[in-house]
Amino acid sequence: MATMLAKEHGLNLKETELCLGLPGGGGGGGGDTATAETPRATGKRGFSETVDLKLNLQGNDTNKEDLNENLKNVPKEKTLLKDPAKPPAKAQVVGWPPVRSYRKNMMAQKVSTEENNNGSATTEKTTSSAAAAATTAASTGGSFVKVSMDGAPYLRKVDLTMYKSYQDLSDALAKMFSSFTMGNYGSQGMIDFMNESKLMDLLNSSEYVPTYEDKDGDWMLVGDVPWEMFVGSCKRLRIMKGSEAIGLAPRAMEKCKSRS
Amino acid sequence: MTHSGSSLPDLPNCTSTAAPMSEIRSPPPDRVLEIVLENVLHFLTCRRDRNAASLVCRSWCRAEALTRSDLFIGNCYAVSPHRATSRFRRVRSLTVKGKPRFADFDLLPLNWGAHFSPWGSALADAYPWLEKLHLKRMSLTDDDLNLIARSFPSFKELVLVCCEGFGIAGIAAVAANCRLLRVLDLVESVVEDADEDEEVMDWISCFPDGETHLESLVFECVECPVNFEALERLVARSPYLKKLRLNHYVSIPQLYRLMHRAPQLTHLGTGSFCASDDVAVGDQELDYSSAFAACKSLVCLSGFRDILPDYLPAIYPACANLTSLNLSYADVNADQLKPVILQCHKLQTLWVLDSICDEGLQAVAATCKDLRELRVFPGNTREEAEGPVSEVGLEVISQGCRKLQSILFFCQRMTNAAVIAMSKNCPDLVVFRLCIIGRYRPDPETHEPMDDGFGAIVMNCKKLTRLAVSGLLTDQAFRYIGMYGKLLRTLSVAFAGDSDQGLKYVLEGCPNLQKLEIRDSPFGDAALHSGLHHFYNMRFLWMSTCKLTRQGCQEIARALPHLALEVIDSQEDKADDHIEILYMYRSLDRPRNDAPKCVTILQ
Repeated sequence: MATMLAKEHGLNLKETELCLGLPGGGGGGGGDTATAETPRATGKRGFSETVDLKLNLQGNDTNKEDLNENLKNVPKEKTLLKDPAKPPAKAQVVGWPPVRSYRKNMMAQKVSTEENNNGSATTEKTTSSAAAAATTAASTGGSFVKVSMDGAPYLRKVDLTMYKSYQDLSDALAKMFSSFTMGNYGSQGMIDFMNESKLMDLLNSSEYVPTYEDKDGDWMLVGDVPWEMFVGSCKRLRIMKGSEAIGLAPRAMEKCKSRS
Repeated sequence: MTHSGSSLPDLPNCTSTAAPMSEIRSPPPDRVLEIVLENVLHFLTCRRDRNAASLVCRSWCRAEALTRSDLFIGNCYAVSPHRATSRFRRVRSLTVKGKPRFADFDLLPLNWGAHFSPWGSALADAYPWLEKLHLKRMSLTDDDLNLIARSFPSFKELVLVCCEGFGIAGIAAVAANCRLLRVLDLVESVVEDADEDEEVMDWISCFPDGETHLESLVFECVECPVNFEALERLVARSPYLKKLRLNHYVSIPQLYRLMHRAPQLTHLGTGSFCASDDVAVGDQELDYSSAFAACKSLVCLSGFRDILPDYLPAIYPACANLTSLNLSYADVNADQLKPVILQCHKLQTLWVLDSICDEGLQAVAATCKDLRELRVFPGNTREEAEGPVSEVGLEVISQGCRKLQSILFFCQRMTNAAVIAMSKNCPDLVVFRLCIIGRYRPDPETHEPMDDGFGAIVMNCKKLTRLAVSGLLTDQAFRYIGMYGKLLRTLSVAFAGDSDQGLKYVLEGCPNLQKLEIRDSPFGDAALHSGLHHFYNMRFLWMSTCKLTRQGCQEIARALPHLALEVIDSQEDKADDHIEILYMYRSLDRPRNDAPKCVTILQ
């Protein structure tokens, strides 16, 4: 360490002179490329990334792998803007950019009321239909719901339109309520209501499940309807122990059956 | 002074068996010195000076401890309440900070800690004369507020910044019981609102009747309606009120009435700044600018929570005197901003939304020659969004506002050239925080990393103490920081660097570093190890989603016994050994026992 610095003082200062191009040839990875580990962290999402939610992570993994490829092949020349070949719009990284939730909430509410008033287009550009669907959801108005967890002392508020899928929401909730783990979800990220025994397993466990109050005032298990429909009808979220949610299952299955 | 008899004249009526003078008159020499010291130390107000004085020797330490009336605790877990109150016996004003800053961005589990209760009970015992309490990022309940309200008869000032866990009931208790209250400031705190079916408590009515001592009442963050009639009466009977910041449930006609009641206001938070829903269109439109003309002492304006830009011209009469303007909740474009900003020649602090665009920043640069602090917040935080501000705005500001000391700038694109220009044009910069929202984004013109820009900042801004970096950054950026950032105290890093070497440069090169927060960067155990010589001098270190392992942290814990290493992790088994979050801080006491399950404290 000290020797590093001493070496630098002995060097021609021209090497360290700031200019727009890469200095000397020695810039970039510094002198330790031999010992350098794999390229920088690939934007892993914080807390939730390591929580094994036993959910199908396929969608997200594809995104991550694409990003890895980009980084390995074109480390210094990537331009992440307006590349039509790049993967669909990334899900929001938790805590990034570093804007306090207080302010984020304010602005999201504002944007949504403005769009309701003016019917103006959103400013963001999206390159895939999946992202477009999310944009539509966003432009129908910010959807703030209270989230409470049995046993946790504080309430939280989340804007459902900030998430694109149950996976996103699940990650965010896991982050907020650290001891919370979602139970076994099926392959579409939704509870398989047709499989009674799987559902019963989940509800008999001591794991927490998310439930929500819909527009009709009924309490339902989260995951029974397509995502967009859920965003539109959810008024309030409550995370409770699976065993307590058991009473909700029959109702949920009824609603589901009547729909099909 | 202690010699018996020899130099003293004989006094009449004094018996020959009079006691030696030392017993009657003078105290022992070291005690005299202490008394002198205490008298002198009363004049020392700066806590760094006091810390230095306390290190001279034991008697100086004692004397300083007895005379310190403002106590600052930068980390509530660095020292136990008991230790603090045992050493400092005569504290009248206390500041305590709790959670690390990244808690603001939901990176810390909800129930992590920073509970005020243990402090509350210790304070009630030790300092019944307590007058001021400032808390930041602490968790306090209604019971805590009740305790505060009832334990300190001389209580004058309560400031809660980014706190949570309490509700209206707690605030009402303070309002009702603290008869000498001068300052009640609730800033960016989460006040639990009641369920929809419960009645919202009318805390404004809880203030006692008669004239109040209120000088500052700030409740912008309180998310529930207030009883306006009671508020108006309160303002009318508060002749010393200088700072009033309203929440967005106060409409502009209501604001109008309040301003006419309190023309002596210097700091005003305007509430919603739009008409309430139940005002029909075509109702008699009040002359709102008359209210701003009436408040001749206004220097600071904020609020504008739901502003209709049509109402913005109402503030014209106040512009010429404004030193501080916060429009950061107002979606105002360049054309709406210009007529306002062009009158604000004295402006020193400006917070805005990026909706004003580079063009708006140009107007600021043209007029606000005295600007010291600028914050530009993002209206849209999605990474794919096109940002309305860019390197153009930054450069223009740097050219127009040469006295700039502090900048926080969110954008979607930035060039090294603009940052370098700012480093040269604004040599007084103390705080430089640039957030390029798209992660790993290089200079869009040259496709280079942003190393040179930040390098220029640390090199040219010789007074820099706080830096936040972003964009595509290699270890080279950290090499510059280690080389030139000698005064740096706070550094924020996210999604940056190539290898352990990056962090090593910083830990080895920045002797004044106190607060280091890093997320999602490839720094591992070897890098952490290189800071062993410095960790006791730091307030904290935060590293999340880096490449630290439990073993690596354990080694640090073994090497430095007065360091608390909190490893915050999910319960699941993982493929690799990397921990999720390390939050590390020096502590004089045993590890805390109020941590949730997901936190392991290594020792």
